[in-house]
Amino acid sequence: MHDLAALTPLGAAAPRTDRVGAISVTEVTDRAIASVSTRNGKAKPFATAAKALFGIDLPAPGQSAAGPVWTLIWTGPDQWFAEAPFATHEDIAAIAKDALGDTASVTEQTDGWVRFDIEGPTAVDMMERLCPLPARRMKTGAASRSIIEHMGSLVICRAEGRHFSVIAPRSFAGSMHHALMASARSIA
Amino acid sequence: MIIPHPLLGPRDSQEFTYLGDASLIERPDWQADNAVDQFHDYLYLRDNPAGAHRELWFHEQGDRSWLVVTRDTVTHEIISAELARDVAKAKGRSK
Amino acid sequence: MSQTNRIDGGLIDRARTLNFRFDGKTFQGHPGDTLASALLANGVRLMGRSFKYHRPRGPLTAGSEEPNALVELRTGARQEPNVRATVAELFDGLDARSQNHVGSLSRDWLAVNDLLSPFFAAGFYYKTFMWPKAFWEKLYEPMIRRAAGLGSLTKETDPDSYDKGFLHCDLLVIGAGPAGLSAALTAGRAGADVILADEDFVMGGRLNAETFAVGDMAPGDWAAQAVAELTSLPNVRLMPRTTVLGAFDHGIYGALERVSDHLAEPAPGKPRQTLWRIYTKRSILTAGAIERPIAFRNNDRPGIMLASALRSYANRWAAVPGKDVAIFTNNDDGHRTAADLLSKGVRVAAVIDSRLSEAPRTNRYEVVAGAQVVDSNGRLGVHSITVKLPGGDTRVIPCDALGVSGGWNPNVHLTCHQRGLPVWNEDIAAFVPGASLPQGMTVAGAANGAFSTAGALASGAGAAAAALGDLGIKAKPADLPQAEDDPIRITPLYHVPGKGRAWLDQQNDVTVKDVKLAHQEGYRSVEHLKRYTTLGMATDQGKTANIGGMAVMAEMTGKSIPETGTTIFRPPYTPVPIGAFAGRSAGKDFRPVRQTPSHSWAAEQGAVFVEVGMWLRAQWFPKKGETHWRQSVDREVLATRKSVGICDVTTLGKIDVQGTDAAEFLNKIYANAFAKLAVGKVRYGLMLREDGMAMDDGTTARLAEDHFVMTTTTANAVGVYRHMEFCRQCLWPDMDVQIISTTEAWAQYSVAGPNARKLLQKIVDPAFDISNEAFPYMGCGEITVCGGLRARLFRISFSGELAYEIAVPTRYGDALVRRMVEVGQEFDAIVYGTEALGVMRIEKGHAAGNELNGTTSALNLGMGGMVSKKKDSIGSTLSEREGMNREDALALVGFRPVNPSESFAAGCHFIAKGAEANAKNDQGYMTSVCFSPNLGYTIGLGFLKNGAARKGEVLRAVNPVQNAETLVEVVSAHFIDPEGERLRA
Repeated sequence: MHDLAALTPLGAAAPRTDRVGAISVTEVTDRAIASVSTRNGKAKPFATAAKALFGIDLPAPGQSAAGPVWTLIWTGPDQWFAEAPFATHEDIAAIAKDALGDTASVTEQTDGWVRFDIEGPTAVDMMERLCPLPARRMKTGAASRSIIEHMGSLVICRAEGRHFSVIAPRSFAGSMHHALMASARSIA
Repeated sequence: MIIPHPLLGPRDSQEFTYLGDASLIERPDWQADNAVDQFHDYLYLRDNPAGAHRELWFHEQGDRSWLVVTRDTVTHEIISAELARDVAKAKGRSK
Repeated sequence: MSQTNRIDGGLIDRARTLNFRFDGKTFQGHPGDTLASALLANGVRLMGRSFKYHRPRGPLTAGSEEPNALVELRTGARQEPNVRATVAELFDGLDARSQNHVGSLSRDWLAVNDLLSPFFAAGFYYKTFMWPKAFWEKLYEPMIRRAAGLGSLTKETDPDSYDKGFLHCDLLVIGAGPAGLSAALTAGRAGADVILADEDFVMGGRLNAETFAVGDMAPGDWAAQAVAELTSLPNVRLMPRTTVLGAFDHGIYGALERVSDHLAEPAPGKPRQTLWRIYTKRSILTAGAIERPIAFRNNDRPGIMLASALRSYANRWAAVPGKDVAIFTNNDDGHRTAADLLSKGVRVAAVIDSRLSEAPRTNRYEVVAGAQVVDSNGRLGVHSITVKLPGGDTRVIPCDALGVSGGWNPNVHLTCHQRGLPVWNEDIAAFVPGASLPQGMTVAGAANGAFSTAGALASGAGAAAAALGDLGIKAKPADLPQAEDDPIRITPLYHVPGKGRAWLDQQNDVTVKDVKLAHQEGYRSVEHLKRYTTLGMATDQGKTANIGGMAVMAEMTGKSIPETGTTIFRPPYTPVPIGAFAGRSAGKDFRPVRQTPSHSWAAEQGAVFVEVGMWLRAQWFPKKGETHWRQSVDREVLATRKSVGICDVTTLGKIDVQGTDAAEFLNKIYANAFAKLAVGKVRYGLMLREDGMAMDDGTTARLAEDHFVMTTTTANAVGVYRHMEFCRQCLWPDMDVQIISTTEAWAQYSVAGPNARKLLQKIVDPAFDISNEAFPYMGCGEITVCGGLRARLFRISFSGELAYEIAVPTRYGDALVRRMVEVGQEFDAIVYGTEALGVMRIEKGHAAGNELNGTTSALNLGMGGMVSKKKDSIGSTLSEREGMNREDALALVGFRPVNPSESFAAGCHFIAKGAEANAKNDQGYMTSVCFSPNLGYTIGLGFLKNGAARKGEVLRAVNPVQNAETLVEVVSAHFIDPEGERLRA
């Protein structure tokens, strides 16, 4: 076991949660992410191998699918993010590549991103001050990339109307957190 | 403007960056006799229609697809949007 | 209570009293008042001085179309000029001041301008201030600057924040008067997602200003009831205090919500205003109509306002500007004001109706038919009017207020935002929306020419049902209550001919005479008229002036108004603060910041940071006692070349390229060969644009047969990725290649210097042999460090030293740099910043962004041989163009000062000794310069014509911008270790 300590995207030893009024903004660091891209002419064997590994069907454009271990998020034509618990899947790229073989290209993406979960009954009021996506109409599982305060971000509706994940490039963590807090205070 | 992404539905054009005329897909053959002339025309000569224009947009803040959008340059009406990859393949582009 | 002009009724809350100040004096008002209504209630009619002539002015209107009553609101950092008193909601402690006077409002010294008016006619500035020429800079311009503009800015930082937001709906209803309310009810009850927006703080539009019944209710009560029902519907969003400011492409609207303007200050954390972007499928413009005046001599005196405004003040705000009111009208609506005032106990001196036979007769008040008001009298407010009777005699009628009604203009503003042109409707003598409307928009109610209340209600409901029908939603038009359905009876009269100045555009002080003058001077197009006279160009966009101006112009040309032209409006509908457009992107938050994995550590060390795009990178690390940046940078460079230095290079773009065709793909993207790069090797790659110019460079490592990791420069990371996706999707769509950015996922550090390997051997796990034999120069591999952490090692060198780059998942980046510093202590390891990084690469002669400036080719960079002629790659064909391959082409070389104590700057141009420094003799230019602590003098890189053949030549490095020059000698660009021995150690 290596002896290097990890830091959260916000630069602390442990992830933070902030509460403003009815909203909580939680830094989520316990998920690993790999990007998975089908290789040419391998659509069918890829689908088979993916189903075997992930246990769930590949979601369609604009969607995510959550299983007991893996969550899959469509990110582009023939491309998905595959999320799994960091504690058991830290070397997620190797795990996925092992299972998918030459049917797909796999890259480790875990530390490329910072994830903030926004929860509360007024979560949509907050989302509609952050990005052009029709948050009020997003159903559970809807997932789409968009822009939040000039930062390209993936927005996933974890629970319709009250729980969203915002996933932005890790280096923007401080700026994203600041933007989310300002928005939460604005609607408090 | 709203661009009707063929996979994702209507999206604000702010999520995209614009490249230019869709004729950029038709990159000349480097081994043609007059390759330099062909590349010159490919890169520098453009029609400038007042009306329907086929152009390339990149969904940079979205799914990273390139799209060929047919847009009326006078009214801004967007007539169609296709995946550029499909357009390219239909034009016979391959490897 | 000194609210001498307060009457009964109104939508004001008399249970609470608000104190406010105007021009230093304290007054009282009530919640529901605007500043204008409260001032009128307190007997104050004089609220400002006009722009050019400093004429005393009071409010002309009761709405956002107000041209005159522009005040400065608030003090200190929130002070705001040009606030329309007619829409400013009264709050306790409000402090307002009139504008545009020297001395007091009632004794304005600059009123002398009015006497000099013949010199200030339209377009005067095109004809004056020209002579003598010298006077322009010293006298005229300063004078004009002082006199120009309206109001003054606070110059303090705005303490408020502004939000942006995004809303989606099926139907946007713009304006909540009778048409808008009935449209929203129809659509809301049908279950559609509806947004109803209105600029006012109480919804209802003119229903709150009228007295006729709607159904069996007072009109304001019916409006309140409709609002209550709409509030209860979860699919309806009501947005009062929200101005829809523009109609943009594809059903997108901008709207400004004044969240806190009606409060003394915003609640903590809340924005002052929110700028919304509304995405609609359909919209209905129900913005009502705006009354227009009739111009006559001195029609701008305080106390003279639109007849409908008089009515609004009386009915909604329980305030009257005078106790003895006259009306001047050319249509039936003026009489409605007379009737309403009478029923409030206000004396109606007379109604002067310009129509002779059509003027309604009544015994409730005197009607002077077939007559026109030809003058008003009074100094700071009207006290009588002069009326010309049908026979030609004049009569003076005492009055302390005059309501003028010239007809109504449908509020078509938003229909014009995409160049839709309104069309003239003869029946109502007004422009109505034309055929070309913004996508998805229909117009209903008075905005469409349906002026009666019954007409508005029906029109709104019908439009909503039709709009929803388009969307496949079944909607039943809402039940419509009975309401007045009076026909429009108007005989057009736009201005009363005669001597003296009759005011058309009161905000820009444009008169009938000015329009005639423009015509005289040859301006025929209505667009020229507008710009020459400035009519319609003030902040009210001529809402109460345009038609009058066009009518005068039509008269002059003998044409009809529609033949003369049409008005066109542009966004925003009413002024929007720049802060609202900025939203949260202000001050330090102007754009987001990207931090590197070592940021905290670097900050702890007291690093000085520099912005590189959105990134903050450590520029240098000052040690105790160092007071000048050169001390730190020189030390970092010397220490690295002497032993070992560590630098965070995470910001450079990293793109993961995989697939069975990955190598072939790279061969197409890079000018030099990549297909045969061996696994475990790294190669420098030069990327050209299709025109043959260098676009970016970096190194690409082959980790496996089908797996490469490419680096790009920090600045070009996004552009290169975009370009690669274009190539992959559009040029070679059948290639089996997949790419993704991994810039953020890996923390990457360069470790450089003679002891670099020794330092790394302390953290690289023993299973991995990184000796020179096992891991030679330009090698790469996946390894583990510190007891099993996955990492990647690349033996590449930007500095020219023995160097590596080591990458670990970003969350461990902070721990890694601390560990390396710790184990590096034994080697006196230092951490260096971007300055030292820059110095070392210049010493080594590596091209960077300064050299890849978009106008330089591979040949210029000395890499002409790298562009393979054996394969197709982006840019290879056009780089063979004759013009890019001349013998005297620019070539990258090095420069040093002939006198080692002299220095020079990047940007210098090279001129031969004895030649004049001009473009003709220009030999090239310097791109990168630094002081080399290793050599002890300034060195530079630059492009010189035929440079490779001119080593040893002495040239002038000329800097005309700073008036300096240095003699330089042309040398090799590789100042340090030109044989590359250190690299391969």
